[in-house]
Amino acid sequence: MSNQQKHWEKTRSLLFITLAIWFVFSIGIFLFGAEMNEVTGPFGYPWTYWFTCQGSLGAFVILIFWFANRQEKIDEEFGFSEREDE
Amino acid sequence: MKGNFIDNLPKVYGIYTGGFIGFIIIMAIAEQMGMTAKAIGIAFVAFTVFIYALIGWLSRTAQADAYYVAGRQVPTVFNGMATAADWMSGASFVAMAGGIYFKGYGYMALLVGWTGGYVLVASLLAPYLRKFGCYTVPDFIGTRYGGNLARFSAVVVLTVASFTYVTAQINATGTIASVALDIPFQYAVYVGLISILLCSMLGGMRGVTWTQVAQYIVLIIAYLLPVFWISNKMGAGFFPHFMLADEVARIGELEQQFGFVKNAAADLKSVPKGLAGITKAHSAVNATPWAFISLALAMMMGTASLPHVMMRYFTTPSVKAARKSVGWSLFFIFLLYSSAPMLATLSKLSLIDPNLPTGIIGKTFAEVEAIDWYQNWNQANLMFISDFNGNGTLELNEFFMGGKAVVLATPEIAGLPYVISGLVAAGGMAAAMSTADGLILAIANAISHDVYYKIIDPKAETAKRLLVARVLLVVIGFAGATIAAMEIQGILGSVIWAFDFAMSGLFFPLVLGVWWKRANRQGAIAGMLGGLAAGTWYLVWVRTGGSGFLGITQLTFGIFGSAVSLVLMVVVSLMTTEPDKATQKMVDDVRVPSGKTILGKSH
Repeated sequence: MSNQQKHWEKTRSLLFITLAIWFVFSIGIFLFGAEMNEVTGPFGYPWTYWFTCQGSLGAFVILIFWFANRQEKIDEEFGFSEREDE
Repeated sequence: MKGNFIDNLPKVYGIYTGGFIGFIIIMAIAEQMGMTAKAIGIAFVAFTVFIYALIGWLSRTAQADAYYVAGRQVPTVFNGMATAADWMSGASFVAMAGGIYFKGYGYMALLVGWTGGYVLVASLLAPYLRKFGCYTVPDFIGTRYGGNLARFSAVVVLTVASFTYVTAQINATGTIASVALDIPFQYAVYVGLISILLCSMLGGMRGVTWTQVAQYIVLIIAYLLPVFWISNKMGAGFFPHFMLADEVARIGELEQQFGFVKNAAADLKSVPKGLAGITKAHSAVNATPWAFISLALAMMMGTASLPHVMMRYFTTPSVKAARKSVGWSLFFIFLLYSSAPMLATLSKLSLIDPNLPTGIIGKTFAEVEAIDWYQNWNQANLMFISDFNGNGTLELNEFFMGGKAVVLATPEIAGLPYVISGLVAAGGMAAAMSTADGLILAIANAISHDVYYKIIDPKAETAKRLLVARVLLVVIGFAGATIAAMEIQGILGSVIWAFDFAMSGLFFPLVLGVWWKRANRQGAIAGMLGGLAAGTWYLVWVRTGGSGFLGITQLTFGIFGSAVSLVLMVVVSLMTTEPDKATQKMVDDVRVPSGKTILGKSH
């Protein structure tokens, strides 16, 4: 397998992991919205309410930065990162 | 100042922010010395619009790559701010807290949808489209799939989605300008439009970028300052986001105590159009999982398909910067979106809690009608009370309010000085203008670059191309303003439709263009036109009394449209020949960040 194929394979696995985490915070937890809202969560808000106000939103911000860093590492590993002068 | 503009950005915008805060303080002092509320409103709107126009003029350019993609040198964090302003429209600023106030959990699907979409932008599209080196979104479609028909189909989808969106934004600038400057709405729309064009006409994307950064700073100060101030004034906590749990619980208690009494249809007829009462629980789960998830999903996929957002990531210096920039965009959006539910909570509690001095539920009608702010907002057609049961006291079901009032009126209700209301008007104007600019530019650029230059006259010189682009900008702006002046649709409804249109026609053709090498021209054309047609058909069907299926409503019709788009694209692609070697090589090149962009620096 060529260097480029390996790079793409790793990039694709990272995509699947990222989308899996995205799925949990955007869709997964809201399947159980009613049940989860009975329990008190962070700062004393009900769990589901907190996720819709802050939790999921914050998770997305962190997820994107985490994804960007991982992807940069993958690009470096295979020598595909951009040179500064490009 | 030494050095070039880009290196000095933190300093430039630091001074600008300081200057704006100074202006707020001067206005506060002027208010104490007797400046009228009207004069303060005019000063805020006029001063900020003047600054944006100045930035627009300073950013003027005669170069194609500066006009289309701001010279591809916008640093990560600043592009994040510009994208946040581009993204957060009049709807986010003025209407969102109101929606949460009235509809609670079911509406908060929009908060999740309008943020979660950025994960898709970052991981599926933005870095690859940046590597491609295109000027516009149809530029990518046209080159990846080849052929004028594919390019033109993308322009059609882009125009339908963005135009639906832009009329709402011009409408919002008009509303704010008409209130702040005290002129009729029909004229205020054009005042708003001229302000919008001043930012974008001379500098194109470059002008829009630097005004959007300035607009973000104004709108975020204008949103956060009142939220913190009100929270502190009510004694609810000095950092509302972490400290409103008791208030949220208290609203739940009051809801139990008052109950949601259903009004008779005959009684509701007397309520002015556009006003609503509190009929849904504030923090309880009041929607089915599918209702919530389908709306969130439609907004997420729509986010990843809207060209005015995507094109902001064409302006970063590198692929790496494009990825990081998506993170910063969402961070800056998060600051406002996480505050909207807090504002809704504070606003609702201050109105309905009889234990608070501002609470009006439980008071007599004579008492409420004597309150200054009630009179003001009743006159502005944003508040209304009516004694349906004839007992003389105001009940929860007898109080009605417009969605905009949550943002616009809460500072006054909480007893903040008028300078804050002026600031909020400037913030709303900034939010609506920045989005309108991004949208008008997206449409005008697509038509001037993809239709005029790439299809009609490929030999046109740069000067002529940019002239065409600017003429189109004005024409599209005026068309949008003319429709906005007719006041056909509400602001929020048309914004949501724009997302559905965009995802119906563009989501899969864009994503599969990068992630599926086998996708070909025929498949993409079928996907774009078929998806858009299917989505539009579903919307018309439901609007004209159709029952719909699978719980897909007129707000989530994009789910049906994009499903049709996916199926058509895959089936048609597999039935026709695979893309040629050159195209496959192009896709391989897009997938690695290093090396030259696919399209040259100026094309």
